Amino acid sequence: MPAVSLAVNGKPVTADIDPRTLLVQFLRENLRLTGTHVGCDTSQCGACVVHVDGVAMKSCTLLTLSLDGAEVLTIEGVATGDKLHPMQEAFRENHGLQCGFCTPGMIMSALDIVRRKGHELDEKTIRHELDGNLCRCTGYHNIVKAIAAGARAMGGGGATQQAAE
Amino acid sequence: MSATGIGAAVRRTEDVRFVTGQGHYTDDFHRPGEGHAWFIRSPHAHARIKAIDAGAAKQRPGVHVLTGADLAADKVGNLICGWMIHSRDGSPMKMAPHPPLASGKVCHVGDPVAVVIADSLAEARDAAEQVRVEYEVVPAVADPAKAKEAGAPQIHEVAPRNTIYEWHLGDKQATDAAFASAKHVAKLDLVNNRLVPNAIEPRAAIGEYDPGSDSFTLWNTTQNPHVARLVIAAFVGMAPEHKLRVIAPDVGGGFGSKIFIYPEEVVALWAAKRVGRPVKWVAQRTESFLSDAHGRDHVTHAEMAFDESGKIVALRAKTIANLGAYMSTFSSSVPTYLYATLLSGQYDIPHIYCEVDAVYTNTVPVDAYRGAGRPEATFVVERLVEIGARELGLDPADLRKRNFIKSFPHQTPVIMAYDAGDYHASLQKAIEIADYKGFGKRKRESARNGKLRGIGFSTYIEACGIAPSQAVGSLGCGVGLWESAEVRVNPTGSVEILTGTHSHGQGHETTFAQLVSERLGIPLDNISIVHGDTDKVQFGMGTYGSRSGAVGMSAIVKALDKIEAKARKVAAHMLEASEGDIEFRDGKFTVTGTDKSAAWGEVALNAYIAHKFSGQELEPGLKEGAFYDPTNFTFPAGCHICEIEVDPSTGETDIVGWTAVDDFGVVVNPMIVEGQVHGGIAQGVGQALLEGAVYDSDGQLMTGSFMDYTMPKAENFPPFRVDTTVTRAPSNPLGIKGCGEAGAIAAPAAVINAITHAIGSEDLSMPATPGAVWAALQKTKIREAA
Repeated sequence: MPAVSLAVNGKPVTADIDPRTLLVQFLRENLRLTGTHVGCDTSQCGACVVHVDGVAMKSCTLLTLSLDGAEVLTIEGVATGDKLHPMQEAFRENHGLQCGFCTPGMIMSALDIVRRKGHELDEKTIRHELDGNLCRCTGYHNIVKAIAAGARAMGGGGATQQAAE
Repeated sequence: MSATGIGAAVRRTEDVRFVTGQGHYTDDFHRPGEGHAWFIRSPHAHARIKAIDAGAAKQRPGVHVLTGADLAADKVGNLICGWMIHSRDGSPMKMAPHPPLASGKVCHVGDPVAVVIADSLAEARDAAEQVRVEYEVVPAVADPAKAKEAGAPQIHEVAPRNTIYEWHLGDKQATDAAFASAKHVAKLDLVNNRLVPNAIEPRAAIGEYDPGSDSFTLWNTTQNPHVARLVIAAFVGMAPEHKLRVIAPDVGGGFGSKIFIYPEEVVALWAAKRVGRPVKWVAQRTESFLSDAHGRDHVTHAEMAFDESGKIVALRAKTIANLGAYMSTFSSSVPTYLYATLLSGQYDIPHIYCEVDAVYTNTVPVDAYRGAGRPEATFVVERLVEIGARELGLDPADLRKRNFIKSFPHQTPVIMAYDAGDYHASLQKAIEIADYKGFGKRKRESARNGKLRGIGFSTYIEACGIAPSQAVGSLGCGVGLWESAEVRVNPTGSVEILTGTHSHGQGHETTFAQLVSERLGIPLDNISIVHGDTDKVQFGMGTYGSRSGAVGMSAIVKALDKIEAKARKVAAHMLEASEGDIEFRDGKFTVTGTDKSAAWGEVALNAYIAHKFSGQELEPGLKEGAFYDPTNFTFPAGCHICEIEVDPSTGETDIVGWTAVDDFGVVVNPMIVEGQVHGGIAQGVGQALLEGAVYDSDGQLMTGSFMDYTMPKAENFPPFRVDTTVTRAPSNPLGIKGCGEAGAIAAPAAVINAITHAIGSEDLSMPATPGAVWAALQKTKIREAA
């Protein structure tokens, strides 16, 4: 089996893998990083979103072998020790999750929206940018609030500013 | 109200694990030596299985292929439907055998025919490619309206004309008489579209057999682990209950679809023993479409009769309900006792009559999906009221007010006894928030922009808090629908609450702890909520029907009552006072009129060290259990107002405003309750505008993935304006009514009432896609031109 070397959440990983191993399988099965989820088989639900070299990607659509040398960030690598990342804190503060299954992908996508669109995000932009992430529980209302609040907090604006009344 | 007690918007304690990726869903578990299962499913809607040739697949190392014949040889029983419905002629419903792997014939696309087990999922799938199944395809029927027709293919021997039951409720004669003398009759033909629940976590199961103890363990995405254990033990006959442990860890959404006992988990358990290794199965999304129980799928004709003053005098409905290829666990109850019993809505209607014919078709089984029967009832009632108002030239809000039930208790003609509510209050509040008065102005503004604007009401009611055991027993339910709780106080004063309900997004770890925190005066950090494991929780009925607060938390109240009573006795010994002089408040026991006191933790410790009392007069320890059976259903109700704009050139509908004012009784955590309302509305809007499972005439599912079944996305919604009014539920100690399903129940009628208002045509079915709305608009134009 061919070998692949990449960095996951800052740690170097080398493994011999079946060439057809998808990144999400590699993360979940080989590394037992089970925070990245699989909710569909057609690359639509976004539960599997991770960052590859700083950019959000659906890990169900990437062959691990194609990522030799890449840096991968998963939901497990977002917090700093016990301290939640402002975007994670914003999801909790604004009740932006219910069953939690879509949440890791939502947060990884949210971070990418901030990277591309900045810290002052209007509602319309957030809703449009969430095209690739499905949630069946929340009706998106509080996810949109959470991302706006998290984006501001990342810019130094305070995560609790738009907390649920 | 304390900062963490009932009524506080406490941030959820479970969230830290979910936002950091540390949740534990079924697919996250691995058992040593596990094999991976892949199901071979029928590509045909209706066929005889002539032969299965698994020879080549079985040659591969480590591969097992098991079929229905193996299952039968091991005497594995069939899946069952647990709610008996009798037809109008008194005959029992026609329940056809449902083997976990098809035996001799397949009845829908996706029906599992064989299971392949291998070292990896990839190897199982490769091996499955080498299994040859020879089918003899026979004619199929997917359309429920055609299933009863003479000459339609008969799916099961036990059910001539594919008829499961022909049921009715109400007084036909009196209802027909009221119609005969009515001033006006509003009529409606509708299809309540078939939906696919699509929890984002696909179903999954891990079966494990331990030969040493001759016992099984099942990790399963289920909303009710004890019911799963009961059915798999008592009906499937896999193992006696005490030799079967069911674990439902974090579950990623359910919406009803994870209530039911499915073939795959039974097969995973059975195969684990048969092949001698744990067996893991995780559904692909396409398998979810082909095997999770679908929802709704009614064809209905309904009529509402009015007198000259706009008073509703009668309602009648005739429904054909599609239950799919087999009767799923609670399927029979959904189009009957969860549907026709709510046809009175919020209105004082003297006469109601409903007939429901349930049929088999060559489609995925249909069962409860968020709201279950109540969205279907609300759609019938609220569309008819709106149509009636338009035809009578009355304001739809005024017509509703004129007909609201105003005094309680109120006995409807269809079983339910509403016990509390204030329908006028929620409608009035919603009208104000939505600025109903200003609608005309907004409509003119839309018109200037070339858009058609409409506003639609839905004043829904539901029956929740499911349910009083005696009542449901008399209606055919095979189980009681009480709930259990156990309170375990540790010697250091921390508390574990064991509940028979299950949380799969509802936040029970927070809300249940709020109740305990308030009652015992201890911080949330000192309270654990334990659920989802039959080895920990003795028994329980699970979570569905918006029951966990009203029924589950009431069981906790009852157990806490016992805990407090015993703790008072312990405190009396400690403080050398008589029990009657002990007061308990804010986590402290005091002796009336003295400065003597003992903290909660000290009393807990004393209960266990038992130094201050003899074991004869008072048992050591502090642990109590309770079973709570409600005295009535609860009746959440409210008003949702939807405002939309239609682009007449494309038929595209844009929701521009949503107001929800709901009466859920006492609210434990307003933040969580609002979240439940948001989610329900999104599913209801999904039904109204986007979603619909489509079968072709041969029974092929044309919408088998997220590529062709439209799931609601963030961009489909405006921000929701959500508020509440409160009347306490008199039937439980906390006054809770339940909130989980309201949005999904209210929303479809509100959306369709708004669009039909905008386009001036009632002839619009769900989902109201741009194409459907555009076509309806053209018909209106043609009619107006003529």
